[in-house]
Amino acid sequence: MTTDAFIRLDGVRKFYRSRGQEFLAVSDVSLEIEEGELVSLVGPSGCGKTTVLKILAGLHPHDGGTVTIGGGSTPFDATRDIGMVFQQSLLLKWRRIIDNVLLPAEILGLPMRPARDRARDLLAMVGLAGFEESYPYELSGGMQQRAAIARSLVHDPKLILMDEPFGALDALTREKMNLELLRIWSESRKTIIFVTHGIQEAVFLASTCAVLTAGPARMADHFEIDLPYPRTLSMKTSEKFGEYTRRIYALLGME
Amino acid sequence: MEKFANWLRRYSLAIFIHVLVIALWQFWVVLGDVPSYVAPTPVDTAMAIFSNYDWTRNTLVTAAEIFGGYFLAVIFGVGLALIFSWSRILSSTFMPLIVSANMIPKVALGPIIIVWFSYGLWPNIMIAFSICFLPILLTTERGLSEVEPDLLDLVRSLKGSRWQIFTKIQLPGSLPYIFSGMKVAVVLAVAGAIVGEFIASEEGLGYLMLQVQVTLDTAASFLAVFLITLVGVALYAIVLILERLFVVGDRRLEGSY
Repeated sequence: MTTDAFIRLDGVRKFYRSRGQEFLAVSDVSLEIEEGELVSLVGPSGCGKTTVLKILAGLHPHDGGTVTIGGGSTPFDATRDIGMVFQQSLLLKWRRIIDNVLLPAEILGLPMRPARDRARDLLAMVGLAGFEESYPYELSGGMQQRAAIARSLVHDPKLILMDEPFGALDALTREKMNLELLRIWSESRKTIIFVTHGIQEAVFLASTCAVLTAGPARMADHFEIDLPYPRTLSMKTSEKFGEYTRRIYALLGME
Repeated sequence: MEKFANWLRRYSLAIFIHVLVIALWQFWVVLGDVPSYVAPTPVDTAMAIFSNYDWTRNTLVTAAEIFGGYFLAVIFGVGLALIFSWSRILSSTFMPLIVSANMIPKVALGPIIIVWFSYGLWPNIMIAFSICFLPILLTTERGLSEVEPDLLDLVRSLKGSRWQIFTKIQLPGSLPYIFSGMKVAVVLAVAGAIVGEFIASEEGLGYLMLQVQVTLDTAASFLAVFLITLVGVALYAIVLILERLFVVGDRRLEGSY
Protein backbone atom coordinates (compact mmCIF):
# COMPACT_ATOMS: atom_id res chain seq x y z
CA MET A 1 0.00 0.00 0.00
CA THR A 2 1.20 3.43 -0.86
CA THR A 3 0.99 6.02 1.83
CA ASP A 4 -0.05 9.04 -0.17
CA ALA A 5 -3.49 7.90 -1.33
CA PHE A 6 -6.19 10.54 -0.81
CA ILE A 7 -8.78 8.03 0.37
CA ARG A 8 -8.00 4.65 1.85
CA LEU A 9 -10.62 2.05 2.68
CA ASP A 10 -9.23 -1.05 4.33
CA GLY A 11 -11.45 -4.04 5.07
CA VAL A 12 -14.45 -1.83 5.73
CA ARG A 13 -17.56 -3.64 6.92
CA LYS A 14 -20.94 -2.51 8.11
CA PHE A 15 -23.83 -4.36 9.74
CA TYR A 16 -27.45 -3.42 9.82
CA ARG A 17 -29.68 -4.55 12.63
CA SER A 18 -33.29 -5.16 11.85
CA ARG A 19 -35.80 -6.97 14.07
CA GLY A 20 -33.05 -8.37 16.24
CA GLN A 21 -31.23 -9.78 13.23
CA GLU A 22 -27.91 -8.60 11.94
CA PHE A 23 -27.09 -8.63 8.31
CA LEU A 24 -24.09 -7.53 6.41
CA ALA A 25 -24.55 -4.35 4.41
CA VAL A 26 -20.97 -4.21 3.14
CA SER A 27 -17.87 -6.23 3.78
CA ASP A 28 -14.33 -6.40 2.55
CA VAL A 29 -14.26 -3.02 0.91
CA SER A 30 -10.63 -2.15 0.37
CA LEU A 31 -9.79 0.60 -2.03
CA GLU A 32 -7.26 3.34 -2.53
CA ILE A 33 -8.24 6.46 -4.34
CA GLU A 34 -5.82 9.10 -5.54
CA GLU A 35 -6.75 12.73 -5.48
CA GLY A 36 -8.44 13.80 -8.72
CA GLU A 37 -9.63 10.32 -9.64
CA LEU A 38 -13.11 9.50 -10.84
CA VAL A 39 -14.00 6.19 -9.25
CA SER A 40 -17.19 4.32 -10.03
CA LEU A 41 -18.77 1.90 -7.61
CA VAL A 42 -20.90 -0.46 -9.63
CA GLY A 43 -23.17 -3.29 -8.56
CA PRO A 44 -26.76 -4.48 -8.27
CA SER A 45 -29.17 -2.96 -5.78
CA GLY A 46 -28.52 -4.21 -2.28
CA CYS A 47 -24.77 -4.51 -2.79
CA GLY A 48 -24.04 -1.75 -0.32
CA LYS A 49 -22.65 0.84 -2.71
CA THR A 50 -24.80 3.60 -1.24
CA THR A 51 -23.71 2.48 2.23
CA VAL A 52 -20.06 2.90 1.23
CA LEU A 53 -20.87 6.39 0.04
CA LYS A 54 -22.58 7.26 3.31
CA ILE A 55 -19.67 5.94 5.31
CA LEU A 56 -17.36 8.19 3.28
CA ALA A 57 -19.71 11.13 3.85
CA GLY A 58 -19.49 10.52 7.60
CA LEU A 59 -23.23 9.86 7.77
CA HIS A 60 -22.90 6.24 8.92
CA PRO A 61 -20.32 4.80 11.30
CA HIS A 62 -18.65 1.62 10.07
CA ASP A 63 -18.32 -1.53 12.15
CA GLY A 64 -14.92 -2.74 11.07
CA GLY A 65 -11.86 -1.81 9.06
CA THR A 66 -10.47 1.66 8.61
CA VAL A 67 -11.46 4.66 6.57
CA THR A 68 -8.94 7.42 6.06
CA ILE A 69 -9.51 10.49 3.95
CA GLY A 70 -6.82 13.08 3.42
CA GLY A 71 -3.56 13.34 5.24
CA GLY A 72 -0.08 14.27 4.22
CA SER A 73 -0.10 16.62 1.29
CA THR A 74 -3.89 17.03 1.11
CA PRO A 75 -5.65 17.82 4.39
CA PHE A 76 -9.32 16.96 4.49
CA ASP A 77 -11.97 18.77 6.50
CA ALA A 78 -14.89 16.38 6.99
CA THR A 79 -17.27 19.31 7.41
CA ARG A 80 -16.67 21.25 4.26
CA ASP A 81 -14.79 19.03 1.88
CA ILE A 82 -17.72 16.85 0.82
CA GLY A 83 -20.22 17.59 -1.91
CA MET A 84 -23.13 15.26 -2.59
CA VAL A 85 -25.38 14.58 -5.59
CA PHE A 86 -28.30 12.17 -5.43
CA GLN A 87 -30.62 10.45 -7.86
CA GLN A 88 -33.20 13.18 -7.25
CA SER A 89 -31.94 16.71 -7.68
CA LEU A 90 -33.46 17.65 -4.28
CA LEU A 91 -33.63 21.27 -5.29
CA LEU A 92 -35.76 23.32 -2.91
CA LYS A 93 -38.67 24.32 -5.08
CA TRP A 94 -39.26 27.64 -3.33
CA ARG A 95 -35.72 28.81 -4.08
CA ARG A 96 -34.38 30.17 -7.30
CA ILE A 97 -31.63 28.09 -8.93
CA ILE A 98 -28.85 30.37 -7.74
CA ASP A 99 -30.16 30.23 -4.16
CA ASN A 100 -30.38 26.46 -4.40
CA VAL A 101 -26.76 26.31 -5.47
CA LEU A 102 -25.87 28.53 -2.50
CA LEU A 103 -27.45 26.22 0.11
CA PRO A 104 -24.18 24.51 1.19
CA ALA A 105 -22.46 27.90 1.45
CA GLU A 106 -25.27 29.12 3.72
CA ILE A 107 -25.10 26.04 5.90
CA LEU A 108 -21.35 26.36 6.26
CA GLY A 109 -21.66 30.10 6.95
CA LEU A 110 -19.32 31.09 4.12
CA PRO A 111 -19.13 34.76 3.08
CA MET A 112 -22.07 35.13 0.74
CA ARG A 113 -20.81 37.69 -1.75
CA PRO A 114 -17.90 35.62 -3.09
CA ALA A 115 -20.05 32.48 -2.81
CA ARG A 116 -22.66 34.10 -5.05
CA ASP A 117 -20.05 34.94 -7.67
CA ARG A 118 -18.76 31.41 -7.49
CA ALA A 119 -22.29 30.01 -7.83
CA ARG A 120 -22.76 32.07 -11.00
CA ASP A 121 -19.49 30.76 -12.43
CA LEU A 122 -20.45 27.19 -11.57
CA LEU A 123 -23.87 27.55 -13.18
CA ALA A 124 -22.13 28.77 -16.31
CA MET A 125 -19.76 25.80 -16.13
CA VAL A 126 -22.60 23.27 -15.92
CA GLY A 127 -24.35 25.00 -18.83
CA LEU A 128 -27.05 26.84 -16.91
CA ALA A 129 -25.99 30.42 -17.57
CA GLY A 130 -29.16 32.52 -17.76
CA PHE A 131 -31.15 30.23 -15.48
CA GLU A 132 -29.91 31.73 -12.20
CA GLU A 133 -33.23 33.34 -11.40
CA SER A 134 -35.44 30.44 -12.57
CA TYR A 135 -37.33 28.16 -10.25
CA PRO A 136 -36.61 24.41 -10.32
CA TYR A 137 -39.95 23.54 -11.94
CA GLU A 138 -38.97 25.60 -14.96
CA LEU A 139 -36.02 23.28 -15.64
CA SER A 140 -35.97 19.83 -17.22
CA GLY A 141 -34.78 16.81 -15.25
CA GLY A 142 -31.31 16.95 -16.80
CA MET A 143 -30.99 20.67 -16.09
CA GLN A 144 -32.07 20.12 -12.48
CA GLN A 145 -29.28 17.56 -12.10
CA ARG A 146 -26.81 20.08 -13.56
CA ALA A 147 -27.92 22.54 -10.88
CA ALA A 148 -27.48 19.83 -8.24
CA ILE A 149 -23.92 19.28 -9.49
CA ALA A 150 -23.23 23.02 -9.27
CA ARG A 151 -24.60 22.95 -5.71
CA SER A 152 -22.22 20.12 -4.79
CA LEU A 153 -19.28 22.26 -5.96
CA VAL A 154 -20.18 25.65 -4.51
CA HIS A 155 -18.23 25.28 -1.26
CA ASP A 156 -15.21 24.01 -3.21
CA PRO A 157 -15.03 20.58 -1.56
CA LYS A 158 -12.25 18.14 -2.35
CA LEU A 159 -14.51 15.12 -2.68
CA ILE A 160 -17.79 14.78 -4.58
CA LEU A 161 -19.99 11.79 -3.78
CA MET A 162 -22.59 10.94 -6.40
CA ASP A 163 -25.32 8.38 -5.77
CA GLU A 164 -26.78 7.32 -9.12
CA PRO A 165 -27.07 10.96 -10.16
CA PHE A 166 -28.39 10.17 -13.64
CA GLY A 167 -30.48 7.15 -12.68
CA ALA A 168 -33.77 9.00 -13.06
CA LEU A 169 -32.99 10.47 -16.47
CA ASP A 170 -33.92 9.04 -19.85
CA ALA A 171 -31.20 7.10 -21.69
CA LEU A 172 -30.22 9.85 -24.14
CA THR A 173 -30.09 12.60 -21.52
CA ARG A 174 -28.07 10.24 -19.40
CA GLU A 175 -25.41 9.77 -22.08
CA LYS A 176 -25.27 13.51 -22.57
CA MET A 177 -24.88 14.04 -18.83
CA ASN A 178 -22.07 11.47 -18.74
CA LEU A 179 -20.12 13.56 -21.24
CA GLU A 180 -20.98 16.70 -19.29
CA LEU A 181 -19.78 15.14 -16.06
CA LEU A 182 -16.45 14.20 -17.64
CA ARG A 183 -16.04 17.78 -18.84
CA ILE A 184 -16.96 19.21 -15.41
CA TRP A 185 -14.61 16.76 -13.75
CA SER A 186 -11.71 17.74 -16.02
CA GLU A 187 -12.41 21.42 -15.41
CA SER A 188 -12.82 21.20 -11.66
CA ARG A 189 -10.21 18.50 -10.96
CA LYS A 190 -12.22 17.10 -8.06
CA THR A 191 -12.10 13.59 -6.74
CA ILE A 192 -15.42 12.02 -7.64
CA ILE A 193 -16.92 8.80 -6.38
CA PHE A 194 -19.78 7.77 -8.59
CA VAL A 195 -22.25 5.08 -7.56
CA THR A 196 -24.20 3.44 -10.37
CA HIS A 197 -25.80 0.20 -11.43
CA GLY A 198 -25.14 1.04 -15.06
CA ILE A 199 -22.18 -1.06 -16.17
CA GLN A 200 -21.61 0.92 -19.37
CA GLU A 201 -21.78 4.15 -17.43
CA ALA A 202 -19.35 2.86 -14.81
CA VAL A 203 -16.75 1.94 -17.41
CA PHE A 204 -17.28 5.00 -19.58
CA LEU A 205 -16.73 7.50 -16.76
CA ALA A 206 -14.25 5.99 -14.40
CA SER A 207 -10.52 6.02 -14.09
CA THR A 208 -10.98 3.23 -11.54
CA CYS A 209 -13.94 0.92 -11.25
CA ALA A 210 -14.88 -1.01 -8.10
CA VAL A 211 -17.36 -3.86 -8.46
CA LEU A 212 -19.60 -4.81 -5.56
CA THR A 213 -21.81 -7.87 -5.42
CA ALA A 214 -24.98 -8.51 -3.47
CA GLY A 215 -25.90 -11.42 -1.22
CA PRO A 216 -23.51 -11.36 0.54
CA ALA A 217 -22.68 -7.70 0.03
CA ARG A 218 -18.98 -7.49 -0.64
CA MET A 219 -16.46 -5.91 -2.89
CA ALA A 220 -15.57 -8.36 -5.64
CA ASP A 221 -12.80 -6.52 -7.46
CA HIS A 222 -11.47 -3.16 -8.51
CA PHE A 223 -9.34 -2.23 -11.49
CA GLU A 224 -8.15 0.70 -13.51
CA ILE A 225 -10.01 1.60 -16.70
CA ASP A 226 -7.22 2.18 -19.15
CA LEU A 227 -9.00 4.31 -21.72
CA PRO A 228 -7.68 7.77 -22.55
CA TYR A 229 -9.44 10.99 -21.59
CA PRO A 230 -11.22 12.89 -23.04
CA ARG A 231 -13.52 9.98 -23.69
CA THR A 232 -15.87 9.84 -26.62
CA LEU A 233 -19.03 7.88 -27.23
CA SER A 234 -17.30 5.93 -30.00
CA MET A 235 -15.09 4.32 -27.33
CA LYS A 236 -18.15 2.45 -26.15
CA THR A 237 -17.91 0.21 -29.21
CA SER A 238 -14.20 -0.41 -28.84
CA GLU A 239 -12.78 -3.84 -28.03
CA LYS A 240 -11.21 -2.62 -24.79
CA PHE A 241 -14.49 -1.15 -23.55
CA GLY A 242 -16.19 -4.47 -24.25
CA GLU A 243 -13.54 -6.32 -22.28
CA TYR A 244 -14.17 -4.15 -19.24
CA THR A 245 -17.93 -4.53 -19.37
CA ARG A 246 -17.62 -8.31 -19.87
CA ARG A 247 -15.32 -8.43 -16.88
CA ILE A 248 -17.91 -6.70 -14.72
CA TYR A 249 -20.73 -8.92 -15.99
CA ALA A 250 -18.60 -11.91 -15.10
CA LEU A 251 -17.92 -10.59 -11.60
CA LEU A 252 -21.64 -10.10 -11.09
CA GLY A 253 -22.29 -13.66 -12.25
CA MET A 254 -24.24 -12.59 -15.28
CA GLU A 255 -22.20 -14.26 -18.00
CA MET B 1 -55.05 50.84 -17.62
CA GLU B 2 -53.36 47.88 -19.23
CA LYS B 3 -53.02 46.33 -15.81
CA PHE B 4 -56.75 46.72 -15.28
CA ALA B 5 -57.43 45.13 -18.66
CA ASN B 6 -55.28 42.16 -17.72
CA TRP B 7 -57.02 41.87 -14.39
CA LEU B 8 -60.40 42.01 -16.11
CA ARG B 9 -59.42 39.34 -18.61
CA ARG B 10 -58.16 37.10 -15.84
CA TYR B 11 -61.18 37.44 -13.62
CA SER B 12 -63.88 38.07 -16.18
CA LEU B 13 -65.07 34.46 -16.10
CA ALA B 14 -65.27 34.49 -12.32
CA ILE B 15 -67.21 37.78 -12.33
CA PHE B 16 -69.44 36.58 -15.14
CA ILE B 17 -70.52 33.39 -13.37
CA HIS B 18 -71.39 35.30 -10.19
CA VAL B 19 -73.44 37.89 -12.06
CA LEU B 20 -75.14 35.14 -14.05
CA VAL B 21 -76.22 33.25 -10.92
CA ILE B 22 -77.64 36.43 -9.36
CA ALA B 23 -79.49 37.29 -12.58
CA LEU B 24 -80.98 33.78 -12.83
CA TRP B 25 -82.12 34.08 -9.23
CA GLN B 26 -83.84 37.40 -10.02
CA PHE B 27 -85.61 35.88 -13.05
CA TRP B 28 -86.65 32.80 -11.14
CA VAL B 29 -88.33 34.79 -8.37
CA VAL B 30 -89.99 37.32 -10.65
CA LEU B 31 -91.13 35.00 -13.43
CA GLY B 32 -92.05 32.16 -11.06
CA ASP B 33 -94.05 34.52 -8.88
CA VAL B 34 -92.32 33.19 -5.75
CA PRO B 35 -93.74 34.73 -2.54
CA SER B 36 -91.22 37.05 -0.89
CA TYR B 37 -91.23 35.13 2.42
CA VAL B 38 -90.04 32.04 0.52
CA ALA B 39 -87.37 33.76 -1.55
CA PRO B 40 -86.83 37.47 -2.06
CA THR B 41 -85.23 38.77 -5.26
CA PRO B 42 -81.59 39.86 -5.15
CA VAL B 43 -82.84 43.42 -5.41
CA ASP B 44 -85.17 43.00 -2.39
CA THR B 45 -82.28 41.39 -0.52
CA ALA B 46 -80.04 44.34 -1.25
CA MET B 47 -82.78 46.78 -0.25
CA ALA B 48 -83.02 45.11 3.16
CA ILE B 49 -79.84 47.02 4.01
CA PHE B 50 -82.10 50.06 4.62
CA SER B 51 -84.21 48.32 7.26
CA ASN B 52 -83.12 49.32 10.75
CA TYR B 53 -81.25 46.23 11.94
CA ASP B 54 -77.89 47.89 12.57
CA TRP B 55 -76.15 45.89 9.87
CA THR B 56 -72.77 47.50 10.42
CA ARG B 57 -72.49 46.56 14.06
CA ASN B 58 -73.84 43.03 13.61
CA THR B 59 -71.50 42.42 10.67
CA LEU B 60 -68.53 43.70 12.66
CA VAL B 61 -69.40 41.46 15.60
CA THR B 62 -69.63 38.36 13.41
CA ALA B 63 -66.45 39.33 11.54
CA ALA B 64 -64.63 39.76 14.87
CA GLU B 65 -65.74 36.28 15.97
CA ILE B 66 -64.70 34.65 12.70
CA PHE B 67 -61.36 36.47 12.40
CA GLY B 68 -60.64 36.09 16.13
CA GLY B 69 -61.34 32.36 16.24
CA TYR B 70 -59.45 31.86 12.99
CA PHE B 71 -56.44 33.85 14.15
CA LEU B 72 -56.23 31.86 17.39
CA ALA B 73 -56.51 28.64 15.40
CA VAL B 74 -53.62 29.61 13.11
CA ILE B 75 -51.44 30.58 16.08
CA PHE B 76 -52.22 27.44 18.09
CA GLY B 77 -52.40 25.06 15.13
CA VAL B 78 -49.07 26.08 13.64
CA GLY B 79 -47.49 26.59 17.07
CA LEU B 80 -48.44 23.17 18.40
CA ALA B 81 -47.34 21.49 15.16
CA LEU B 82 -43.93 23.16 15.53
CA ILE B 83 -43.63 22.01 19.13
CA PHE B 84 -44.72 18.48 18.20
CA SER B 85 -42.20 18.35 15.37
CA TRP B 86 -39.46 19.12 17.87
CA SER B 87 -40.58 16.80 20.64
CA ARG B 88 -41.67 13.29 19.87
CA ILE B 89 -42.74 12.69 23.48
CA LEU B 90 -45.02 15.73 23.58
CA SER B 91 -46.45 14.75 20.22
CA SER B 92 -47.25 11.16 21.16
CA THR B 93 -48.70 12.31 24.49
CA PHE B 94 -50.96 15.11 23.34
CA MET B 95 -51.86 14.32 19.73
CA PRO B 96 -54.17 11.42 20.68
CA LEU B 97 -55.89 13.68 23.21
CA ILE B 98 -56.33 16.45 20.66
CA VAL B 99 -57.70 14.04 18.08
CA SER B 100 -60.23 12.48 20.46
CA ALA B 101 -61.19 15.89 21.89
CA ASN B 102 -61.82 17.02 18.33
CA MET B 103 -64.50 14.33 18.00
CA ILE B 104 -66.58 16.04 20.68
CA PRO B 105 -69.41 17.78 18.84
CA LYS B 106 -68.61 21.43 19.50
CA VAL B 107 -72.25 22.41 18.96
CA ALA B 108 -73.25 20.22 21.87
CA LEU B 109 -70.70 22.01 24.00
CA GLY B 110 -72.29 25.37 23.19
CA PRO B 111 -74.46 25.67 26.28
CA ILE B 112 -71.55 24.68 28.52
CA ILE B 113 -69.24 27.17 26.87
CA ILE B 114 -71.83 29.86 27.61
CA VAL B 115 -71.86 28.81 31.27
CA TRP B 116 -68.08 29.19 31.30
CA PHE B 117 -67.64 32.33 29.24
CA SER B 118 -71.11 33.89 29.50
CA TYR B 119 -72.66 35.72 26.53
CA GLY B 120 -70.64 37.85 24.17
CA LEU B 121 -67.80 37.59 21.71
CA TRP B 122 -65.57 35.14 23.57
CA PRO B 123 -67.72 32.01 23.61
CA ASN B 124 -68.30 32.36 19.86
CA ILE B 125 -64.61 32.96 19.21
CA MET B 126 -63.89 29.82 21.23
CA ILE B 127 -66.37 27.75 19.22
CA ALA B 128 -64.98 29.04 15.91
CA PHE B 129 -61.46 28.34 17.16
CA SER B 130 -62.23 24.82 18.36
CA ILE B 131 -63.83 23.83 15.07
CA CYS B 132 -61.19 25.19 12.69
CA PHE B 133 -57.98 24.53 14.59
CA LEU B 134 -57.42 20.83 13.89
CA PRO B 135 -57.02 20.94 10.09
CA ILE B 136 -54.33 23.59 10.52
CA LEU B 137 -52.52 21.48 13.11
CA LEU B 138 -52.72 18.32 11.00
CA THR B 139 -51.59 19.85 7.70
CA THR B 140 -48.75 21.77 9.36
CA GLU B 141 -47.56 18.63 11.11
CA ARG B 142 -47.66 16.72 7.85
CA GLY B 143 -45.80 19.48 6.03
CA LEU B 144 -43.04 19.63 8.62
CA SER B 145 -42.47 15.89 8.42
CA GLU B 146 -42.30 15.94 4.64
CA VAL B 147 -38.53 16.10 4.16
CA GLU B 148 -36.56 13.98 1.72
CA PRO B 149 -34.17 11.73 3.70
CA ASP B 150 -31.46 12.36 1.09
CA LEU B 151 -31.83 16.08 1.62
CA LEU B 152 -31.26 15.57 5.35
CA ASP B 153 -28.13 13.57 4.47
CA LEU B 154 -26.94 16.42 2.29
CA VAL B 155 -27.30 18.91 5.14
CA ARG B 156 -25.81 16.51 7.68
CA SER B 157 -22.78 15.84 5.49
CA LEU B 158 -22.09 19.57 5.89
CA LYS B 159 -22.67 19.23 9.66
CA GLY B 160 -25.72 21.47 9.38
CA SER B 161 -27.60 22.03 12.62
CA ARG B 162 -31.13 20.97 13.46
CA TRP B 163 -32.06 24.65 13.44
CA GLN B 164 -30.71 25.08 9.92
CA ILE B 165 -32.68 22.06 8.74
CA PHE B 166 -35.75 23.56 10.35
CA THR B 167 -35.45 27.10 9.01
CA LYS B 168 -34.04 26.36 5.57
CA ILE B 169 -35.89 23.17 4.66
CA GLN B 170 -38.69 22.07 6.99
CA LEU B 171 -40.46 25.36 7.56
CA PRO B 172 -40.48 26.74 4.01
CA GLY B 173 -41.29 23.26 2.72
CA SER B 174 -44.33 23.03 4.99
CA LEU B 175 -45.87 26.33 3.85
CA PRO B 176 -47.98 24.84 1.02
CA TYR B 177 -49.41 22.36 3.54
CA ILE B 178 -50.08 25.04 6.13
CA PHE B 179 -51.96 27.11 3.59
CA SER B 180 -54.13 24.24 2.40
CA GLY B 181 -55.10 23.63 6.04
CA MET B 182 -55.77 27.32 6.50
CA LYS B 183 -58.05 27.38 3.46
CA VAL B 184 -60.16 24.53 4.80
CA ALA B 185 -60.26 26.23 8.18
CA VAL B 186 -61.84 29.42 6.80
CA VAL B 187 -65.09 27.60 6.05
CA LEU B 188 -65.07 25.98 9.47
CA ALA B 189 -64.40 29.25 11.29
CA VAL B 190 -67.41 30.86 9.60
CA ALA B 191 -69.64 27.90 10.48
CA GLY B 192 -68.34 27.87 14.05
CA ALA B 193 -69.03 31.53 14.68
CA ILE B 194 -72.57 31.34 13.29
CA VAL B 195 -73.38 28.18 15.25
CA GLY B 196 -72.19 29.99 18.36
CA GLU B 197 -74.50 32.90 17.62
CA PHE B 198 -77.40 30.54 17.02
CA ILE B 199 -76.91 28.86 20.38
CA ALA B 200 -76.74 32.01 22.42
CA SER B 201 -75.79 35.57 21.71
CA GLU B 202 -77.21 39.05 21.76
CA GLU B 203 -75.67 40.35 18.58
CA GLY B 204 -74.12 39.30 15.31
CA LEU B 205 -75.54 38.23 11.97
CA GLY B 206 -76.46 34.73 13.20
CA TYR B 207 -78.42 36.26 16.07
CA LEU B 208 -80.07 38.65 13.62
CA MET B 209 -81.19 35.76 11.42
CA LEU B 210 -83.05 34.21 14.33
CA GLN B 211 -84.72 37.56 15.06
CA VAL B 212 -85.95 38.22 11.53
CA GLN B 213 -87.18 34.67 11.08
CA VAL B 214 -89.95 35.39 13.59
CA THR B 215 -91.32 38.15 11.37
CA LEU B 216 -90.74 36.15 8.15
CA ASP B 217 -88.46 38.93 6.90
CA THR B 218 -86.71 36.55 4.53
CA ALA B 219 -85.02 39.38 2.63
CA ALA B 220 -83.17 40.43 5.79
CA SER B 221 -82.31 36.79 6.47
CA PHE B 222 -80.87 36.49 2.96
CA LEU B 223 -78.89 39.67 3.40
CA ALA B 224 -77.47 38.31 6.68
CA VAL B 225 -76.37 35.13 4.86
CA PHE B 226 -74.88 37.23 2.10
CA LEU B 227 -72.91 39.35 4.59
CA ILE B 228 -71.65 36.25 6.42
CA THR B 229 -70.51 34.85 3.08
CA LEU B 230 -68.82 38.15 2.28
CA VAL B 231 -66.86 38.05 5.55
CA GLY B 232 -65.81 34.46 4.77
CA VAL B 233 -64.77 35.35 1.22
CA ALA B 234 -62.78 38.32 2.54
CA LEU B 235 -60.91 36.07 4.96
CA TYR B 236 -60.31 33.53 2.22
CA ALA B 237 -58.99 36.25 -0.06
CA ILE B 238 -56.52 37.37 2.61
CA VAL B 239 -55.29 33.78 2.99
CA LEU B 240 -55.01 33.43 -0.79
CA ILE B 241 -52.96 36.62 -1.06
CA LEU B 242 -50.66 35.51 1.76
CA GLU B 243 -50.25 32.16 0.03
CA ARG B 244 -49.23 33.86 -3.21
CA LEU B 245 -46.71 35.95 -1.27
CA PHE B 246 -45.16 33.16 0.77
CA VAL B 247 -45.42 30.07 -1.38
CA VAL B 248 -43.21 30.71 -4.38
CA GLY B 249 -41.83 28.45 -7.06
CA ASP B 250 -44.79 26.09 -6.89
CA ARG B 251 -46.34 25.51 -10.27
CA ARG B 252 -49.38 23.87 -8.70
CA LEU B 253 -50.53 27.24 -7.38
CA GLU B 254 -50.86 28.88 -10.78
CA GLY B 255 -54.52 29.66 -11.30
CA SER B 256 -55.61 27.75 -8.20
CA TYR B 257 -58.18 29.04 -5.73
